[in-house]
Amino acid sequence: MDLLYKIFADPFIQMGHAPDLLLQTLWEGLVGGMLYALIALGFVLIFKASGVFNFAQGIMVVFAALTLVGLHAKGVPAFLALGLTIGVMFVLAVAVERLVLRPLVNQPDIILFMATFGLTYFLIGLGELVFGGDPKVMIASELYLPKGAIDWKVFGGFVSFQKIDIAAAVIASVMVATLAVFFQKTRIGRALRAVADSHKAALSVGISLNQIWVVVWFTAGIVALATGIMWGARSNVSFALEIIALKALPVLILGGFTSIPGAIVGGLIIGIGEKIGEFYWGPLFGSGIESWLAYMIALVFLLFRPQGLFGERIIERI
Amino acid sequence: MRAPADLKIAAGDVLLAVENVSLSFGGVKAIRDISFDIRKGEIRAIIGPNGAGKTSMLNVINGFYTPQQGRITFKGKTRAKMRPHDAAAGGIARTFQNVALFRGMTALDNIMAGRTLCMKRGLFWQALRFGPAMKEEVEHRRYVEEIIDFLHIQHIRKTQVGRLPYGLQKRVELGRALAMEPDLLLLDEPMAGMNLEEKEDMSRFILDVNQHFGTTIALIEHDMGVVMDLSDRVVVLDYGRKIADGTPDEVKRNQDVIDAYLGVAH
Repeated sequence: MDLLYKIFADPFIQMGHAPDLLLQTLWEGLVGGMLYALIALGFVLIFKASGVFNFAQGIMVVFAALTLVGLHAKGVPAFLALGLTIGVMFVLAVAVERLVLRPLVNQPDIILFMATFGLTYFLIGLGELVFGGDPKVMIASELYLPKGAIDWKVFGGFVSFQKIDIAAAVIASVMVATLAVFFQKTRIGRALRAVADSHKAALSVGISLNQIWVVVWFTAGIVALATGIMWGARSNVSFALEIIALKALPVLILGGFTSIPGAIVGGLIIGIGEKIGEFYWGPLFGSGIESWLAYMIALVFLLFRPQGLFGERIIERI
Repeated sequence: MRAPADLKIAAGDVLLAVENVSLSFGGVKAIRDISFDIRKGEIRAIIGPNGAGKTSMLNVINGFYTPQQGRITFKGKTRAKMRPHDAAAGGIARTFQNVALFRGMTALDNIMAGRTLCMKRGLFWQALRFGPAMKEEVEHRRYVEEIIDFLHIQHIRKTQVGRLPYGLQKRVELGRALAMEPDLLLLDEPMAGMNLEEKEDMSRFILDVNQHFGTTIALIEHDMGVVMDLSDRVVVLDYGRKIADGTPDEVKRNQDVIDAYLGVAH
């Protein structure tokens, strides 16, 4: 009885007693979720267009952030470093297309998947070699990202919003909105979706697969850079970030591997679920449930909707 | 049957010629030393029993397959192989045997995808969907609406093509090919799996495309009635070899063809 009370009643009573704390937890979850969503978005972009599950997406986040910080440490002005990093991500996209995707075209998916493993370790090695493996501080103030917090007095307490989190939320929203319009309404967006649906039909209307792959990998690289800057500004830039990228997996299961809105909603659900779970139910399990709760949510979800929230329904005509 | 067509043949220049093309997959010889040509403005049928190499031939023409031997001359330019992008950019459009549409997209978007090569605005404007790119999008949309009217598929333009019945999917696929404003249209079994009424509709569209737009058409088809009615000239393949080439009447009387194809009871 006592346990049931602790699970089903007590947390909600706590929420009611301290709504400001609830709001604070929700906000933290929202921001974390947004960053999960951005990582998941990188996965979805590449998966949609080339059917490749890009294991290297997480390391691309680290690599992009590391390049930015590393270039700045070598004396390059912040915004020039930002431009150069975008250039590096473009070179990476071209190199991946030339050296990985093109030679492996028409190979089974599992081979391409393994190739992205190889890419992961290559990028780890390259990053450490060039910029060193020690954690670094994101050049947030040099990029004019805001610092400090805004306190909002409410419910007799206050909710604290970190300005960097607000900036992250704004940048993420703008980025997602731009991508959504780009995908839905433009020639290249249409070409991307076309390639996702049928390679041979896309070829027959003159869409160049190679060009499309460069575009998606580059876009995923830009998304990775944005994620890396924001995540790096909240903690720091180190290879440990890669672990966080694995959180994108439950997000993808929740949202569906092929859906951009799915990645966003999935990210937010996981982010908020995680924080609320940790804060209100965590003590019951001796804390630390944040590290596995996301996978639990995904597992339960998988039982009922294997295609995800927004994934294409799997219908086979027999 | 179609008197003006005969005149056209006499006058027509060669639009595409394949010479001594051979293609094999491992030990399997799909195409053996085949030569034939397609003249400007004609409807050219490629027929033959299953496994004769017809689809392989189309795949060679639009660059999906690279032949081991032979040459392809298209619009006066000779090359050892086509690349799909060159073929599309040069004005070769095609449809597929089992329909290859972008299933997740609407009929309208599918046909718009056919305009890809005609749209040239840069990525920057594209990303903003603004200024010149917007104007361009509107212009191409107008052209696509004309095709939609022509094929009588106004009612399904906003429908996801994956949900459409097969006959309509084939029509959308034809629309996508037409959106490319092709000089040469390759149709791989445009009437497979259709009922009589749908076949009649499709035949009419093919004739209209040929006559009104002057598009040269090469088609693979199993329905002999359709082939004999529609086409100006027929090339017959069997086991990867060419066994006959000529007008429908000539081909019908050819003993090899009768043996290999028409005459043999299944």
